Amino acid sequence: MSNVAVSPPASKPRAPLAHPSGDKRFKMLEVFMKRQQQRHDALIEVLHKAQELFGFLDTDLLLFVAHGLRLPPSRVYGVATFYHFFKLKPQGAHTCVVCMGTACYVKGAQQVVEALEQAAHIRAGETTPDGRFSLMTARCIGACGIAPAVVYDDAVAARQTPASAVERVKGWLDHGPR
Amino acid sequence: MDVGACRLCLVEIAGSNKLVPACTTQVADGMVVATTSERLQRYRRLLLELLFAERNHVCAVCVSNGHCELQALATNLGMDHVSFPYTFPKLEVDLTHRLFGMDHNRCVLCGRCVRVCWYVEGAATKNFSGRGAGSRIISDLNQPWGESRTCTACGKCVHACPTGALFEKGTTVGEMQKDRGKLEYIVTAREKKQWIV
Repeated sequence: MSNVAVSPPASKPRAPLAHPSGDKRFKMLEVFMKRQQQRHDALIEVLHKAQELFGFLDTDLLLFVAHGLRLPPSRVYGVATFYHFFKLKPQGAHTCVVCMGTACYVKGAQQVVEALEQAAHIRAGETTPDGRFSLMTARCIGACGIAPAVVYDDAVAARQTPASAVERVKGWLDHGPR
Repeated sequence: MDVGACRLCLVEIAGSNKLVPACTTQVADGMVVATTSERLQRYRRLLLELLFAERNHVCAVCVSNGHCELQALATNLGMDHVSFPYTFPKLEVDLTHRLFGMDHNRCVLCGRCVRVCWYVEGAATKNFSGRGAGSRIISDLNQPWGESRTCTACGKCVHACPTGALFEKGTTVGEMQKDRGKLEYIVTAREKKQWIV
């Protein structure tokens, strides 16, 4: 479905790009889209920028991107959900990404995830109700030599164990184990 | 159109051990193609069984019972059981549209609705979300179909759908007969300027 040139018919005049909320970030995103000449194939770059600005992609934001690039909303949503990098829900103040690539998995990444799930009382892919901590998994972050690898916020940590992982995130969880 | 999604059209080409999908393979001079063989039938049955195991296909209560392409394939290939454990996913039925319904339990993710909506109708209401086993057909931003602002309610997706996943409201078991001829009519008219009624 990538070699498509048709745009949906525009019967009504297009809604102005400026966002009614007056949020400056929409203006920044609009400038970014214009710099990409509003090309259809710039969708992924634009979604990257949108997530960088807003932290996650909500419905309103996806619609803004669809309008800006003159793409059907379904295509924007499809691309945003295809890639694990894009988040459609707000993320916690701190994130922890456990690599589940083959090397890390063999070295016990599953046990690390389970330990973290128990410590935070959430499942992988979820955020704690207080919004302080998100637990995620990834398919190979390219750090197989230090398996099992875990990314705490933006710092990669080598050779993690269930105990070391729980110790590392303890400060981010304001409740102890039940 | 070359899609290469379902692998049910695998064929054997003489001189090669590899099975290739007919839909994405260009014919060449002197090519010897076998479309049926014991081996091909076995693989096709296997692929069909996987399709059946992945969602909840219950012919006895389906609007398309007796007019279903998936069911017909299974019958023709002599698929009398599914050797994989069923996954029994919990899936939704979207009945928010004024005229049509979408039952994700019966969807095989062939993408015909997505392509007909994009290339023939031009509305691009439908698309895929997610990936792998989590893939779903969506309307606009994963909204209820009835709330879609792009859907023109033309019904092309319903007639393109090979199973009972997309259906006209008000039909009951075995009543939903798809008319793909209508789509062929439109496309022939547009591309060849021939209105073959």
